[in-house]
Amino acid sequence: MISLAGRDILHSWGKFVFTGFGLGLLIGVTLTMAGVYRGMIDDAQVLLDNSGADLWIVQQDTQGPYAESSSIYDDIWRRVASYPGVAEAASVTYFTMQVRLGTRDVRALVTGIVTGEFGAPGWPRFLIAGRQITRDHYEAIADIASGLQLGDVIQIRRNHYTVVGLTRRMVSSGGDPMIFIPLKDAQEAQFLKDNDAIIEQRRRTEASPVYNRPSVPGLLDAVIRTQSTNPTVNAVLIRMKPGFDSSLIAEQISRWNRLQVFDRAGMEAILTGKLIATSAKQIGMFLVILAIVSAAIVAFIIYTLTLGKIREIAVLKLIGTRNSTIAGMILQQAIGLGLIGFAVGKISATFWAPIFPKYILLTPMDALYGLIAVMLICALASILAIRAALRVDPAEAIGG
Amino acid sequence: MTHGIRIEHLSKRYGSGDTAVDALKNVNMAVAPGEVVGLIGPSGSGKSTLLKCLGAVIKPTTGKMILGDEVIFDNDWKIKDLRALRRDKIGFVFQAPYLIPFLDVTDNIALLPMLAGVPNKEARARAHELLNALDVAPRARAMPAQLSGGEQQRVAIARGLINRPPVILADEPTAPLDSTRALAVIRILNDMAQRYQTAIIVVTHDEKIIPTFKRIYHIRDGVTFEEAGEGRAIT
Ligand SMILES: Nc1ncnc2c1ncn2[C@@H]1O[C@H](COP(=O)(O)OP(=O)(O)OP(=O)(O)O)[C@@H](O)[C@H]1O
Ligand SMILES: [Mg+2]
Repeated sequence: MISLAGRDILHSWGKFVFTGFGLGLLIGVTLTMAGVYRGMIDDAQVLLDNSGADLWIVQQDTQGPYAESSSIYDDIWRRVASYPGVAEAASVTYFTMQVRLGTRDVRALVTGIVTGEFGAPGWPRFLIAGRQITRDHYEAIADIASGLQLGDVIQIRRNHYTVVGLTRRMVSSGGDPMIFIPLKDAQEAQFLKDNDAIIEQRRRTEASPVYNRPSVPGLLDAVIRTQSTNPTVNAVLIRMKPGFDSSLIAEQISRWNRLQVFDRAGMEAILTGKLIATSAKQIGMFLVILAIVSAAIVAFIIYTLTLGKIREIAVLKLIGTRNSTIAGMILQQAIGLGLIGFAVGKISATFWAPIFPKYILLTPMDALYGLIAVMLICALASILAIRAALRVDPAEAIGG
Repeated sequence: MTHGIRIEHLSKRYGSGDTAVDALKNVNMAVAPGEVVGLIGPSGSGKSTLLKCLGAVIKPTTGKMILGDEVIFDNDWKIKDLRALRRDKIGFVFQAPYLIPFLDVTDNIALLPMLAGVPNKEARARAHELLNALDVAPRARAMPAQLSGGEQQRVAIARGLINRPPVILADEPTAPLDSTRALAVIRILNDMAQRYQTAIIVVTHDEKIIPTFKRIYHIRDGVTFEEAGEGRAIT
């Protein structure tokens, strides 16, 4: 037996290829949407992996530092560093801002990391160019997604930083590239007021009889100093010594210090479950709509192709072709169309994924699910055409 | 005498009640193996209806139909698989050739035996034999759209013959052809009837070919009358 569907596709291959191409672009978009979702999850995991932390200490009753804002004192790291099992503890700050480079600016997650301790938690673990931050001030490491290059001088608030190193795949959960700067600079930048505000505050403090007491020399200076420094950070990252139970330590730290402590699994649950939940739903909606549109297109095309062959189908039936053979022919054509579409979609998604600003992760598993979904949709979409074909009366072939 | 086709007192009523149409009232026919008979009648007389009944695509109301020595209808179908009956016992040739546009000439013909489970190679060999007999062998690899009307009709005849059916039903097979080609088709049908001992019924309006039949059935208002034809030789 020959493949009727195959012969028909070969005969009118132009029609099939063009329709398959259009369908393929749609499938490509669908695969890309799934890739965007996977990319967000992967970004979150890379963010956690690269922080090099086993525990995150944040403000009590918050889900910081990524999903909510969190503020804790910058000496807490010293307290927790002495707990048994804690290998390293380091403060970090995170804040998203527009970083200026000359006349343009890039959106970035500016991360403050401790200096002096090589490889402390929070440090970028791998550089693709340049070196780590070695000075306590005015050096920066940028992710290449920011478009910055070694030697670029960027401006964060009033200070200028020289880019000394470059990383890859270090982005926030929103996809913004990370820029690392020394912790002290970051603390200052996060709370820095403009000059006018500082002068205004100093004037108000001086005018207040509560602080400005000539009888207590040094009080005013001390007050002004506390007002213009920032003793807080967003989180403390802890790296455990091997062989210690991190959940036990987490429990102790949170009980004795009135702090919130998350382990890796808890942090991941917040990042992947809560932070990107809305985006994930959004993508889910897109996937559903794209699936429906694809199904409608396949159904419409297969139905039209079948109606165009109704005479031949009547003849096939008259000369004794079984219904299953005819249904099989239509089903195979729908599947064939789906396969062409899937191939085009997979290739185009692979081709255009790197051009997207946010990371797109195309996994073989998603491709497989996509293929199965396309096959199911095509099979479903051919039902209409199959019904039309099976209703054809073989007597029609004989005519009046 | 064994009959290729025998029809006795066949009737067919379309619909029921007030709108009922008695398309066939009393049809009696017998066509011997190797014989080509004409079926002639005015429009609406029931020719197509008769072919559809014989072709087992619509169900007659009453009467009897015998194919070879098998009773296929006796007030009800006497066999279960009408599709297999059509495939194995009846060849169809239509006014328009209705070839499958996406199959080449060979496979258009070989499709029938393939559907019955004959291996592709053997089915194609049988198709080639017929294409030779019908003088279209040089076009064996052509697609239907690349053939002339006459060639298409010959391919359609080959398709009707490929399973060596004991019966061939032809509905206006010469209508689209000029007189030379029309006569050529009738000669082919006569040759094939002789060669394969096929009983052939040709429904026609075509004045050019009517004189070639040895026997003609007239049908009027669903009733058949037999008449001797001229049986003129085709030159
Ligand atoms: N499906 C049907 N339902 C109801 N009546 C029908 C149907 N098919 C045919 N008829 C009627 O049966 C009668 C015979 O029709 P049939 O098609 O057999 O005629 P015919 O001899 O083939 O005519 P023509 O030469 O015009 O093709 C006509 O009166 C027609 O109106
Ligand atoms: Mg008719």
